[in-house]
Amino acid sequence: MARALTHLERLEAESIHIIREVVAETDNPVMLYSVGKDSAVMLHLAKKAFYPSPPPFPLLHVDTTWKFKAMYDLRDKAAKDAGMELLVYQNEEAKERGINPFDHGPLHTDMWKTEGLKQALNLYNFDAAFGGARRDEEKSRAKERVFSFRSASHGWDPKNQRPELWNLYNAKKAKGESIRIFPISNWTELDIWQYIQLNKIEIVPLYFSAPRPVVERDGLLIMVDDERMPLKDGEVPEMRSIRFRTLGCYPLTGAVESEAATLSEVIQEMLLTTTSERQGRAIDKDAGDGSMEKKKQEGYF
Amino acid sequence: MNDVQNPIYKTDALIAEDIDKYLDAHQHKTMLRFITCGSVDDGKSTLIGRLLYDSKMIFEDQLEALQADSKRVGTQGQEIDFALLVDGLAAEREQGITIDVAYRFFTTEKRKFIVADTPGHEQYTRNMVTGASTADLAVILIDARKGVLVQTRRHSYLAQLVGIRNIVLAVNKMDLVDYDQSAYLDIVQDYREFAAQIGITDFTAIPISGFKGDNVTDRSANTPWYDGPTLMEHLESVEVSADADLAKPFRMPVQWVNRPNLDFRGFSGLISGGTVKPGDAVRIVPSGKTSTVKSIVTFDGDLTEAQAGQSVTITLDDEVDCSRGSVIAAADSPPQVADQFEATVVWMADEALLPGRSYWLKLATQTVSASLQAPKYAVDVNTMEHLAAKTLDLNAIGVAELVTDKPIAFLPYKDEDGTLNKTLGGFILIDKITNQTVGAGMLHFALRRSQNVHWQALDITREARAGMKNQEPKVLWFTGLSGSGKSTIANLVEKRLHRMNRHSFLLDGDNVRHGLNKDLGFTDTDRIENIRRVGEVARLMTDAGLIVVTAFISPFRAEREMVRQMCAEGEFVEVFIDTPLSVAEERDVKGLYKKARAGDLKNFTGIDSPYEVPEAPELRIDTTKMTAEEAADRIVEYVLGW
Ligand SMILES: Nc1nc2c(ncn2[C@@H]2O[C@H](COP(=O)(O)OP(=O)(O)OP(=O)(O)O)[C@@H](O)[C@H]2O)c(=O)[nH]1
Ligand SMILES: [Mg+2]
Repeated sequence: MARALTHLERLEAESIHIIREVVAETDNPVMLYSVGKDSAVMLHLAKKAFYPSPPPFPLLHVDTTWKFKAMYDLRDKAAKDAGMELLVYQNEEAKERGINPFDHGPLHTDMWKTEGLKQALNLYNFDAAFGGARRDEEKSRAKERVFSFRSASHGWDPKNQRPELWNLYNAKKAKGESIRIFPISNWTELDIWQYIQLNKIEIVPLYFSAPRPVVERDGLLIMVDDERMPLKDGEVPEMRSIRFRTLGCYPLTGAVESEAATLSEVIQEMLLTTTSERQGRAIDKDAGDGSMEKKKQEGYF
Repeated sequence: MNDVQNPIYKTDALIAEDIDKYLDAHQHKTMLRFITCGSVDDGKSTLIGRLLYDSKMIFEDQLEALQADSKRVGTQGQEIDFALLVDGLAAEREQGITIDVAYRFFTTEKRKFIVADTPGHEQYTRNMVTGASTADLAVILIDARKGVLVQTRRHSYLAQLVGIRNIVLAVNKMDLVDYDQSAYLDIVQDYREFAAQIGITDFTAIPISGFKGDNVTDRSANTPWYDGPTLMEHLESVEVSADADLAKPFRMPVQWVNRPNLDFRGFSGLISGGTVKPGDAVRIVPSGKTSTVKSIVTFDGDLTEAQAGQSVTITLDDEVDCSRGSVIAAADSPPQVADQFEATVVWMADEALLPGRSYWLKLATQTVSASLQAPKYAVDVNTMEHLAAKTLDLNAIGVAELVTDKPIAFLPYKDEDGTLNKTLGGFILIDKITNQTVGAGMLHFALRRSQNVHWQALDITREARAGMKNQEPKVLWFTGLSGSGKSTIANLVEKRLHRMNRHSFLLDGDNVRHGLNKDLGFTDTDRIENIRRVGEVARLMTDAGLIVVTAFISPFRAEREMVRQMCAEGEFVEVFIDTPLSVAEERDVKGLYKKARAGDLKNFTGIDSPYEVPEAPELRIDTTKMTAEEAADRIVEYVLGW
């Protein structure tokens, strides 16, 4: 019997619709896969969209070499489970110059992520790239269309976005231009967690609390994930019960002290907290107001 | 009010007590999608910021940032400027206006909300329509000091046009009129009169101050004369028929054919209406073939029934022809099929609508070529009068007839009983050159039932005709400036073909403008129609097996592209006679450039009307590097495939 669909069921259907439109209307799509919880949900939706076929596009991980080890493990497994090709791209120049988050600050993100992404998209000639950004994350993202156009140099022009009516998406573009597609635009952080719970989606264990070695730096709790982390004078990693609300490069991602070891507990903690999700990311802090918009104009995802 | 000492982020008691119970309840909350709209500076963004703030959706760190931002770039001195929570683009914050829609999300104990904050500036109307197209409710704001303005009317009209049924009239900035009841009542009365004209019979009026918070979530002591609901109470309780689509007959536009191996062929799509079960009889539209549903396949297992709003993959019992663009529908109640329509169109591009130009039309999963006639009328949003119009400019709304190059499955956007068919009745128009979305429209009805017009089946095929002539039909489309040498070279080409027993025919200005097109002048619209007719004639001639040579300036890419689309694959050969303006002007065989320079000839290509150079012509003839004879030889070689 027909019944009222839940909010999550509607969101799921909407996202699947978007993913299929892209496959039908673009030449060479790719899914940006960052191994975080949003990527996990997006990948799951792609599997649903094309079942029983595997999703007809590869996954692309723009690697910085500084992700948490646990992320690399899940990345390889998730791609294999989905039956999808996994492309890993590392910016050669950043590698040669030894760009790292400790010595190079914002340049680290710029070269590994922003430049790396552009290089990878150019290298493989992808004309459409799925990304797992949500509108509730940040105020310039709240303004972005589901189908977001990029010039041949990957720039975003926020003042000149295409109208996007109903669920009709215009995927036409000139040679060299590309589209970023955000199938989970309308999901909130809570939606993501609930969906992970209801669909039993595997996520990186770092989202759950466990005793882990950390040092405190500039007000952030940084996990010492491998031996590359230079310790400052007097810094001694200590074991604390921590978890992460968002995952990126380990030296740039702040942990929270927590005892939440199950999904329900994580969700509960998230709902009781009074600070926003991206607060733990050093990257959003460095340029202040409007920084995300600026990054996007320059080609950050 | 407007104190920031309130508790900041909301926590429902149940979250701490029993998270699983909370989550279950949360999952089953209903959802309301709404927009705020109205004139510039009426306080839309401020109101949304206030709603987010009052429903405790603002985190501590966000609030700190807001306080700092308010002091720095806010419009309210030292006080909190709630609009800054929503106006997220740098340009918006600098100018204190909204440019594009912001989508924000919030939840109360009763409901979830997605709110789209739309811009008030007329310039950004297309962004308002973007937000409105998916909304269930519109909050129309009015500045209590200013009353009903043009943009209030335009937005109300657009909201009603896209089918928003629930209208809230929020008379805002009551703090600036001392909460004066009569000011409020006057505005409500004014609005009521206007609303009736556009068919809005029912709306809920609320006196508020988004800035101070009166009647937003808390009932205000400043308006003792008002006993209706607060805005939040209304938003939380208003009925929305989320499942109106369920009652419709089954329909699913096919997005993608799923073919993992030879044994599986499924059709994937988002069900737009009704329900479907294995065993149901279905019809594939436009082809009209029928079949039976075999299974409904999903990642989570086969379904015994699926319904509107779900994305599924359907397999059928028969190997019927069905692909992207087809609609799978209940066999006894399929959508209609037509290729000529009347529609309301909202124009969204700086470049005005060009009647006769071919645009892409996307409706559900169908993309076809379409051209619009000159509008029957445009609507004056201020008076709702129907104005005579030759075109539609940016943000204009009008009614026009349109023709698609092939029949499409559709439904009227609004049925007579008021049912909305957004999926099969709403479309967008895309410029074929710039790829921009230039318009949006809502179909009214088909102009005639094209099901009844069958092509006269021809016993003698075009292949047979061409075969008899021992040649491949082609359209050699010469394009270039006046005096570039099109006619001269075209004539030489014809002579050579004739000598080789090839059957050709030359169409040029002289033999067309004097007869078939003698009713046309040289305005952009007429030039397009000129080319369209020539294209059609050329195409008929290729059906007859001829090699057609045309010699028209044909300055616009879009029209040349239109003719290319008319022709069979590979038959259109664009020949760019490339002569620089300076050279053509110097030759000036007919003395036309001189006249144009003197201002005696208007709309002359190259002088006061543009020539759009072909981007990828099949042949480019540089007349500064070869003679007309050499050029003709090149072209003939190309045509005959040597
Ligand atoms: N006194 C008072 N000022 C208000 C109220 N609502 C908004 N304002 C002020 O009016 C100005 C415009 O407010 P916005 O919220 O940016 O207006 P808007 O309708 O979103 O404007 P656009 O999106 O650019 O069309 C700002 O300075 C607000 O602080 C109100 O209820 N009372
Ligand atoms: Mg605004």
